[in-house]
Amino acid sequence: MPPILELRGITKRFPGVLANDHIDLTLNQGEIHALLGENGAGKSTLMNVLYGLYHPDEGEILIRDKPAHITGPRDAIAQGIGMVHQHFMLIPVFTVTENVMLGDESITNGVVLDRKKVAQEIRDLSVRYGLEVNPDLYIKDLSVGIQQRVEIIKLLYRKADILILDEPTAVLTPQEADDLFQVLRNLKAQGNSIIFITHKLREVLELADRITVLRLGKVVGSADPKSTNSAELARMMVGRSVILSVDKAPAQPKEVVLKVEHLTVRDPRAGDAVNDISFEVRAGEVLGIAGVQGNGQTELAQALTGLRAVESGRVTILGHDTTHATPRQLFELDVAHVPEDRQQDGLVLSFPVEDNLVLNEYYRPPFAQGISLNFKEIERAAAERLKEYDIRTPSIFVKTANLSGGNQQKVIVAREFTGPIKLLIASQPTRGLDVGSIEYIHNRIIEKRDAGTAVLLISNELDEIMSLSDRIAVMYKGRIIDTVNAAEATKEALGLLMAGVQQDAAHAPEISPELKTEMQDEIA
Amino acid sequence: MLGMVATSVMRRTTDVAQQRRWISGAVIVALGLLCLWFFALQVPADMVSKYRFSGGGDAIQLPVVELPTSTTNLILAVLLVAVGILHAARGIKNSGVLFGAVAFFLLAIFLTWSIRGQSLNLTGLLESTLIRSIPFLLGALSGIMCERSGIINIAIEGMMLTAAFVSVIVASYFDNLWLGLAAGVASGALISGVHAVFSIRFKVDQIISGTVINIFAVGLTNFLNLRWLTPVQELNDSGTFSKVPLPGLAQIPVLGTVLFNQNILVYAAIVLMFVVNFLLFSTRWGLRTRAVGEHPKAADTLGVNVFRIRYTNVIFAGMLAALGGCFLTLASVGRFDKLMTNGRGFIALAAMIFGNWNPFGAFGASLLFGFMDSLQLKLQILTSVIPSEFLLMAPYLATMIVLAGVVGRVRPPAAEGVPYEKQ
Ligand SMILES: Nc1ncnc2c1ncn2[C@@H]1O[C@H](COP(=O)(O)OP(=O)(O)OP(=O)(O)O)[C@@H](O)[C@H]1O
Ligand SMILES: [Mg+2]
Repeated sequence: MPPILELRGITKRFPGVLANDHIDLTLNQGEIHALLGENGAGKSTLMNVLYGLYHPDEGEILIRDKPAHITGPRDAIAQGIGMVHQHFMLIPVFTVTENVMLGDESITNGVVLDRKKVAQEIRDLSVRYGLEVNPDLYIKDLSVGIQQRVEIIKLLYRKADILILDEPTAVLTPQEADDLFQVLRNLKAQGNSIIFITHKLREVLELADRITVLRLGKVVGSADPKSTNSAELARMMVGRSVILSVDKAPAQPKEVVLKVEHLTVRDPRAGDAVNDISFEVRAGEVLGIAGVQGNGQTELAQALTGLRAVESGRVTILGHDTTHATPRQLFELDVAHVPEDRQQDGLVLSFPVEDNLVLNEYYRPPFAQGISLNFKEIERAAAERLKEYDIRTPSIFVKTANLSGGNQQKVIVAREFTGPIKLLIASQPTRGLDVGSIEYIHNRIIEKRDAGTAVLLISNELDEIMSLSDRIAVMYKGRIIDTVNAAEATKEALGLLMAGVQQDAAHAPEISPELKTEMQDEIA
Repeated sequence: MLGMVATSVMRRTTDVAQQRRWISGAVIVALGLLCLWFFALQVPADMVSKYRFSGGGDAIQLPVVELPTSTTNLILAVLLVAVGILHAARGIKNSGVLFGAVAFFLLAIFLTWSIRGQSLNLTGLLESTLIRSIPFLLGALSGIMCERSGIINIAIEGMMLTAAFVSVIVASYFDNLWLGLAAGVASGALISGVHAVFSIRFKVDQIISGTVINIFAVGLTNFLNLRWLTPVQELNDSGTFSKVPLPGLAQIPVLGTVLFNQNILVYAAIVLMFVVNFLLFSTRWGLRTRAVGEHPKAADTLGVNVFRIRYTNVIFAGMLAALGGCFLTLASVGRFDKLMTNGRGFIALAAMIFGNWNPFGAFGASLLFGFMDSLQLKLQILTSVIPSEFLLMAPYLATMIVLAGVVGRVRPPAAEGVPYEKQ
């Protein structure tokens, strides 16, 4: 049987970058094809070409053995292609129904939008594929996990049978990711063909039928998930072997840097997002905050970094009361922050990379001279950080929006990790990064810790929390339900805490086999 | 004193929303007390304010209401204080209701005070309120059309002015109002077409493009006015659309005069308000328009043609603004005067913002501005206390107060003013 989709010699150039270099790729009917590659390898670009958002400079696309002329998303949709983009394409102030129907609206009485009919279709799809979502809610009120479902429903509503998912699991919790896999297996069983991009090797091995690896815009190889392993895949992606576990000496905690007392933060929609929390982070230690997303971690980080009003309680950093401090004041106290939502809170996407690299520090010497900026100095520092953090961009003058997702993340990390930081508040610091970059950033975090930085690490990745933290606090429904010593923590115990089960070690209840296997899946 | 109340309140409670309620409640109470003192207690007890509801020629004559100025205002002021206390204590959730109640009491008190010892035809005031609000409404609808698709339109003023000029000259030359109207509307489409090309194709800053159009319109109409209309007065006499009383409805007292005995353009504007609202929220075109104004990239990935939607909307918006310009000439004075739009295009923008980019909300705001405008005229005739120069400022003052009050409460389309770029 011929492949349902065939890319031949696709080449795409951007000013200064060869993003895709004569790429050949095939997709068979009813398979899940994983596309791997380091940040900036050209995965999203290739998919955008296929979806008609970019026009290739060379190459051709065959769909069902016929040459396809895709000049825009409309053509792609007509060919049965659907894509979930790396950064969601949802309109926050529209309802789920409106987002789903946009571009392919149902009409009654000649002109009137038939919201009811579409809502019913959404409900049917929800039931059929296990994608539970209320069609009448507004996108802005939904968690990212549910938003992801809406994106998938958008494809199914259009009857797409070639599905492209660009890093769909980057923003999901492990549980949500597993739900998604179930949906994808379902879709596959019904004859749909799927291209799946991810940086999480465990997922690839678990889900994919075939693997293709890109590096620097070229296909560097393919693999069979049955006969390969994480280490081999990592080597193919990055071109060297990657140590997937973190090597660290025991922490040597010193004085208290961050002290949080009875902190309560309110979310206008959901009552108390953070409820009477107290904890301390000392110099030279990493405190990890684990928890299922949506249990107050986001709000906690925002409150500590001056992005959200504190309702009551007190935050002290190195003896200064910072309960109501502004981000600038915090920066002056040598506090660094890697925000969870990189595009929203971390970057000015329309600025060049160099400006984003000094966005915290631009106002003071050496970057500022009186009322003007010292561009030479900014360029010098930016170039240095670019090199140090291996940010892939043709130059520091490129608009940050044009960087690949992972490289955008690296810009933030490079900016925040530079300088003498006393406290690092990092939310999902490695979201969307390839294994090589994760290794590098993890080592940097430990390096900072050993140099005496207090680190507060918030992450959905339990692996990340466990390998970096010295102590782990588990958040559940806005409270810290327990704090454990990382050396003694097990995935099972943490998993139970994350589910809100308070326990004492002696009477640990039985856990379900599924939960157990999920927890035991090591990254390597 | 107010400040002290406010700060001590702030210390006691941590609830931000409640704090705000206390402060705004206190402000309302203070306003009420001020009104009580100045507009009620300072007025001699024997003064009377008369409200009339019927004009001289009306078939049904309603009785004249005679109110003792001081007592009436006393009651109104006490009610206003009560609203303030109620808001502080219980919280009035719907900010529209709160704002409406406060505005009503303040206006009623001020009006009753202004006409003490005299009489005012209230029906006439309402009628002229509606008429004067129509250009604001049409301008605001134009702004809504345009900005909902993501293009800022501050050129409404210029489009109105140009259309006013073109409509008069064409209508006078051919002695046909409809032809004048068509020409005026076409001129609006033309100018907004230029705005569209500048902002969509060439990605010029939309504020700059709009400003250029405004300046250009002023210069051009002034020049042509001087060249053509001043020497040839016959070209500047178009006549106006006559009133079309709706059979049956027009005879209803008060309501009939205000709503159902107007010229065709007033009806058209009201109908257009419903049409735009329907289009925007219930049709495919509206859904796509709003999507393009919020997140053009997302719309693009679903196959929506961002550029086409924006071009269409901007050009239609120009036609609506032009209709507002034609209204100023063909439906009211029948001639063109230099700079006759007099900032109405900008007030229309304020009405659009105040109405949160919704047609009905914008109409509410237009009515408010229209009311201030006609009140100002009436008061110029009625009173000599307030200098007329000051009264002339009233609509603009109201605009400023209203805008200051809504800042932060309304939300413009997210992608407004950002040109869309495809790879
Ligand atoms: N619109 C654009 N303009 C200019 N350069 C671009 C644009 N989009 C991508 N690039 C460049 O093309 C290269 C490939 O980017 P792409 O987004 O395809 O990477 P990716 O494999 O998806 O990486 P990631 O895993 O980080 O998402 C990068 O070097 C990027 O800077
Ligand atoms: Mg990508």
